[in-house]
Amino acid sequence: MTTMSTAMPAAAKRVGAGATVRQTMTLAWRSLVQIKHNPWELLDLSIQPIMFLLLFTYVFGGAISGSTGDYLQFALPGLLVQNALFYTLSTAIGLNTDITKGVFDRLRSLPIARTAPLAGRIIADTFKQVWAFALLVGFGMILGFRVTTSVAGLIGALALLVVVSLAMAWLSVLIGLKAANPEKVQMIAFSTMMPLTFTSSALVPSQTFPGWLEAWSNVNPVTHLADAIRALLIGGEVAQSAMISLLWALGFVVVFAPLAIRVFRNHA
Amino acid sequence: MGHAIEAEGLVKHYGETKALDGVDLVVPQGRLLGVLGPNGAGKTTAVRVLATLLRPDAGTARVNGFDVRRDAHQVRSMIGLTGQYAAVDEMLTGVENLLMIGRLLGLSRADARRRAAELLERFSLSDAGGRAAKTFSGGMRRRLDLAASLVGRPQVLFLDEPTTGLDPRSRNELWDVVRGLMADGVTVLLTTQYLEEADQLADDIVVFDHGRVIASGTSDELKSRTGAQVLEVRPVQEAHLDLVVQVVADVIDDEPEISGGKVMAAVHDPAVVPAIVRRLDDLGVVASELSLRRSSLDEVFLSLTGHRAEEEAGVGKEEALV
Repeated sequence: MTTMSTAMPAAAKRVGAGATVRQTMTLAWRSLVQIKHNPWELLDLSIQPIMFLLLFTYVFGGAISGSTGDYLQFALPGLLVQNALFYTLSTAIGLNTDITKGVFDRLRSLPIARTAPLAGRIIADTFKQVWAFALLVGFGMILGFRVTTSVAGLIGALALLVVVSLAMAWLSVLIGLKAANPEKVQMIAFSTMMPLTFTSSALVPSQTFPGWLEAWSNVNPVTHLADAIRALLIGGEVAQSAMISLLWALGFVVVFAPLAIRVFRNHA
Repeated sequence: MGHAIEAEGLVKHYGETKALDGVDLVVPQGRLLGVLGPNGAGKTTAVRVLATLLRPDAGTARVNGFDVRRDAHQVRSMIGLTGQYAAVDEMLTGVENLLMIGRLLGLSRADARRRAAELLERFSLSDAGGRAAKTFSGGMRRRLDLAASLVGRPQVLFLDEPTTGLDPRSRNELWDVVRGLMADGVTVLLTTQYLEEADQLADDIVVFDHGRVIASGTSDELKSRTGAQVLEVRPVQEAHLDLVVQVVADVIDDEPEISGGKVMAAVHDPAVVPAIVRRLDDLGVVASELSLRRSSLDEVFLSLTGHRAEEEAGVGKEEALV
């Protein structure tokens, strides 16, 4: 009997570019095929913003903006931001679930590109972001929200949210690799994203805050992102707030991408 | 004859804990090696090193001649891994789980579908194949997990405690599957805490304790290795138990154990049996059962390690780290 290693056709040394793309797409498919089973599952993370949308619009809307319709126009862009930020942590939750369930190890024991599991997940999560954006805007329009700028503005808003979300995905990957379990990730998400969005101009005009809070709100990246999205959807000054948002995104990539990659390498 | 798995001097430390402390392993092609040991003995760490998931701090390991560090990609293309937890995507159906692996391994859509159907059939999961894996029972998940590790027709299969937590029926089903794989010529490394499992399936057994191999051989060799046979005496009258203990202790010069109305003692010289029988006869004690048998693997483990396989509350932590 000869050894298997000589009987076998020589196995490839590494994964080619074409195979890497195909494997990434297979893993993206894996994350997206769930939508086919249960299209409303995406709402899991959107239920909270929709609940906020309904509560804020009909309970506080009149008090904050004078009328529920006016408030809806103001708040929906902010809720889109809040939702997108929360959603970036679904990357962390998914990754962490894979690690704790052993799926991550199974994938790593396969002869596939090391980056495919990560890239596949991020592609799928970006697709889900777009889907959730459409759901929220659609729901808002049923309630009476109107995009007063243009289709280009709507697409621009989506593009900006996707870019910022992709930058945030690095932080999300880091959290996903480091957290002990998915529940912890959820807790981290809740205890950081909630205060960040509530102390920004996402849901209420920050001019009504006390001075110290307004000062904080002015540096809070969520304020700039919310202002940019709002301007893109209902008009206003876009350039400055969009630029600051993109700088924040760049900062996130510069700080968290190397950290996340290092932790991922050690894992792999 | 080639060796499917060879490891020399594997060391892996986690801080102060030595998960692996110089482990050598050899598994010839087509054989099943049972790695037996309590929680925290280093079994899972060894599997993770051999399956390229973990880099050892020292030592070398080869699978089918390929180094797990330098040629990790080739090693991965030859192995299948089924871990302690059923590593299936719970949101996907059984079919989709297998399709995903097939596609990742470069099968065409049609081939991946065919292979998935074939494996589901083989593991009696055809009917459940269209349901999300989260609706599966523990045994079904474990079978799906095993099916997933077989999509690429691996030549070497790592089964890390494949039956932990399964009910006896599911365990027997899984054993049958493993026997079927061995009939196909697959080399298997199976870790287990269950001595019976190693006894049932393994050609060769190595015993791990505290990151070291403390014994190896076939099940029979291990049982005779310790030299001891077990004497069991059950008096007809329970009241005579103390008397039997006294007699046995006198003759073998060691304190016997009492368990379930029986007196049990390890004996090294079979000549003690007639002596005990004579003494009991003199005392008028009638035994309903008096036997000399080879030690069970359980007792072998106890005599090798000084502790039983199951009572491992304190040292179970290191395995959770990895």
